[in-house]
Amino acid sequence: MIKNILRQLWKDKYARLAVIVLGVIYLALIFADFIAPYTKDFSDRTMAYVPPSKIFTIDENGKFSKPYTYNYVREFNAETLQINYSLDRSKKHYIKFFSKGQPYKFLGIVSIQRHLFTTDKDGRVFLLGTDINGRDVFSRLLFGGRISMTIGFLALFVLFPIGLLYGGISGYFGGKIDMIMMRFAEAVMSIPSFYLLIILASILPSGMTSSQRFMLIVIILALIGWAGFARVVRGMVLSVKNEDYVLAAKSIGASKLRIITKHILPQTTSYVIVAMTLSVPSYILSESGLSFLGLGIQQPDASWGNMLKEAQEFTNILYRPWLLTPGFLIFISVLSFNIIGDIIRDILDPKSNKG
Amino acid sequence: MDTLKYILKRILQTIPLLIIVSMISFFIIRLSPVDPLAELKLNPSVSPETVERERTRLGLDKPVIIQYGKWAISFVKGDLGVTSTGEKVSQKLAERIPNTLLLTSIVILLTWLVGVPLGIIAAVRWRTNFDRLLTVLTSIGMAIPSFFFAVLLLMFAVKTGWFPIGGLTSPNFADMSFGAKFLDITHHLILPVLVLFTISLAGLQRQMRANMLDVLDSDYVKFARAKGLSEGIVIYKHALRNAINPMITLLGFEFAGLLSGAALTEYVFQYPGLGRLILEAVMKSDINLVMASLMMGAVMLILGNLIADILLIITDPRIRSKA
Repeated sequence: MIKNILRQLWKDKYARLAVIVLGVIYLALIFADFIAPYTKDFSDRTMAYVPPSKIFTIDENGKFSKPYTYNYVREFNAETLQINYSLDRSKKHYIKFFSKGQPYKFLGIVSIQRHLFTTDKDGRVFLLGTDINGRDVFSRLLFGGRISMTIGFLALFVLFPIGLLYGGISGYFGGKIDMIMMRFAEAVMSIPSFYLLIILASILPSGMTSSQRFMLIVIILALIGWAGFARVVRGMVLSVKNEDYVLAAKSIGASKLRIITKHILPQTTSYVIVAMTLSVPSYILSESGLSFLGLGIQQPDASWGNMLKEAQEFTNILYRPWLLTPGFLIFISVLSFNIIGDIIRDILDPKSNKG
Repeated sequence: MDTLKYILKRILQTIPLLIIVSMISFFIIRLSPVDPLAELKLNPSVSPETVERERTRLGLDKPVIIQYGKWAISFVKGDLGVTSTGEKVSQKLAERIPNTLLLTSIVILLTWLVGVPLGIIAAVRWRTNFDRLLTVLTSIGMAIPSFFFAVLLLMFAVKTGWFPIGGLTSPNFADMSFGAKFLDITHHLILPVLVLFTISLAGLQRQMRANMLDVLDSDYVKFARAKGLSEGIVIYKHALRNAINPMITLLGFEFAGLLSGAALTEYVFQYPGLGRLILEAVMKSDINLVMASLMMGAVMLILGNLIADILLIITDPRIRSKA
């Protein structure tokens, strides 16, 4: 069935484009260390808020040259009270491909120094400028994407077993158990989800390591979504629990848990697939919103949301538009997920196949 | 009579729901390691007597269950305590809730006015270029992070100077005539409404389109067509009535989504609403305020769902006969 879905996805030209876009993004994130010219924490304080580096391929004599760039120099203009950035044209810094730069662990295992592109030691190449701490926005986009684009999936892996089991038990047992469990789920759904999200995030203790915080954010995101999912699963369980094969399993003495997990829940597979693809983007958006407010992933770690935190200042929005790039990446990835989700729903919902 | 009984029953159902919601919120907030009175104690303008009064009111020296009981009783009585700056929580909420309601009801009204017709047109012209175009546009609307869109619009406002930058009123609001006040508020509302409208339009239009497609395929519509009725009558008299009913259920969900979405938008636009209030309260760990606004958010959501359900009971006789 999965194979069939994938084949049909590939047939649709929009879905194919979306799959390719997401594929490129995820590949870039996996090889982030190699593609990024700098590491996540590299910062050059003299280069705060530097605009994107200009890459030249034609030199001052009008001849083709190896690509090179100039460093920016920051000057404070005492008359206009502004900080100006100008190119230091005295020294060319050639862009070098596959050459040695800052050391890192490739895929977390092999220690190497080669980067896709870098420049000489005192040169700086900032494809998308730098932030307030003089950190390369392009590199941080790649590292931040690792968090932003995986946190949704991780939350789903926490949420789905809970929702499935909760909905399964509630629907199968019925009666009082069902009533109590469903009232509780409804109560959770009655709290505006974003309010709950920020409150849960705000009670996290502050002295946590970044990986602990990451895990807790995942759990919080999962806590928001399970109730609605459990309710739908319950409805589906109700509709299949009196089917012959369930009664057969019961009559040969299968335990209740076994009936629920082995016979009833597998019936919900197609719904689960749809729900999963459809809800990934909403988790990406939730995480970015949370981090944008400063309640999610914290500095010095990067996520697309917390990189956008700088866009809260007017001067940044007006004079440093490169700081807005994470927003466009969120937009593109969410759009791609939505397109894929739409197509999968069309494929799985036989009603939409007619005509 | 039946309708009334059913509505009454539905209203009574919200009471246990509210109790469970209040318990969940209370225990989540008590999980937090922060001393609920820490901010209050630090504030020099708040007298020690007020702090002491809050301590006994919250029953902080007693077990959690009793604390919950005390809190619940004073909540029902309308006593929500004081904020960390010493103001009354209830007064603060009374200032903010109408603003959020104003924002969300305008957005709901607009999305319905635009989304429902667009959904109908898309369904009637199913799989034409127009339908495809709408699908693409709504996908784009759904994918923009609300806060990012708000930031972009703010950038636009700053650059052009056509719109005020945040807030709900201008500084000289108090001196304005009624008409000028109305215009001033409208002017301030345009951008936040635009953000929320863009985001919620997509869901509504798609739902309407799906409902309409379902209904258009049903036997009675085919029959109406076979009878030779004009396409206009088939669609607007027969199909539309049934397609719109499920939308009323969606109204409750839409309201819920808007409350959440509005929080970030309010924050970016510095709009004095409930969402921003709760955010500020969370940042300052102002427990009384957090608790009260969380509850009010839940109450608003539950009421929204209740209203949607009652509307549905009135418009759809099938639900009454099921009960």
